[in-house]
Amino acid sequence: MSENATAPETISNQTALSLFMAGVLFGLGLTISGMTNPAKVIGFLDFFNNWDPSLLLVMTAGLAVSIPGFQFVTKTEHPLFEPRFYLPTRTDIDAKLLLGAMLFGLGWGLAGFCPGPAITSLISLDGNVFLFVLAMFAGVTIHHNAFD
Amino acid sequence: MENFTPVSAIIGGLLIGAAATLTLWTTGRIAGISGIIAGALFPKKTDVAWRLLFLAGMLTGGLMYLLFNQGSINIQIQSSPLTTIAAGLLVGFGTRLGSGCTSGHGICGIARFSKRSFLATSVFILSGVLTVYVTNHV
Repeated sequence: MSENATAPETISNQTALSLFMAGVLFGLGLTISGMTNPAKVIGFLDFFNNWDPSLLLVMTAGLAVSIPGFQFVTKTEHPLFEPRFYLPTRTDIDAKLLLGAMLFGLGWGLAGFCPGPAITSLISLDGNVFLFVLAMFAGVTIHHNAFD
Repeated sequence: MENFTPVSAIIGGLLIGAAATLTLWTTGRIAGISGIIAGALFPKKTDVAWRLLFLAGMLTGGLMYLLFNQGSINIQIQSSPLTTIAAGLLVGFGTRLGSGCTSGHGICGIARFSKRSFLATSVFILSGVLTVYVTNHV
């Protein structure tokens, strides 16, 4: 439970610029695809009423880039601007993974927001988006206090 | 399927895939938004700056869309405020317990051929579909 965060690791200007640009691309992708609209996400999750397959196509197009991209990149020795990769190492399937995904799916279905679209949607200044994001931060905090 | 928007879905999806690949290729990091948020709220030994930069980029991307789209963005939240709060809590807690969300598991993890991410993505989509079925049709 130690929260003595050490001084932030410094990052190079190249890394900083690259991450900012990736965030911009991400935000553009979410807004252009309409995934920032909860009603559209629910339209995908609702198979039984005028189904909107857009989200499936967003994921497919995303994976059409990320699968070859990741397979290529992870075979290189190190990232362009960093000495090493920072990748998850766990491979075991545990109850937390399944329960967490289940609870996430429940929340996703209730409001139509997952974390990325919720963050980008803040630019609409819609009060309900702020409500969702604050509650999401609270959920992260509850998990942090219980498990980290 | 009159709400289906295939062209914008493909363009948006390609951009999201490119964003995740750029992040890994140049900086070696996983563009998983729930993890980025958690690490920004509760920094560990690692840096917080890169997370804030990525999140600032996501907001900037949204603002650029707004600019190109004559200041209009379609965000329809149909849930009541109380349900929206419950949903936010579940999404925040669930993505941490399950180590990722749509981006981290769905776009990055599957691209690494991670068994955990395949499974998590299947479970949260199924769970979302069941939730919407219950709220809309039961």
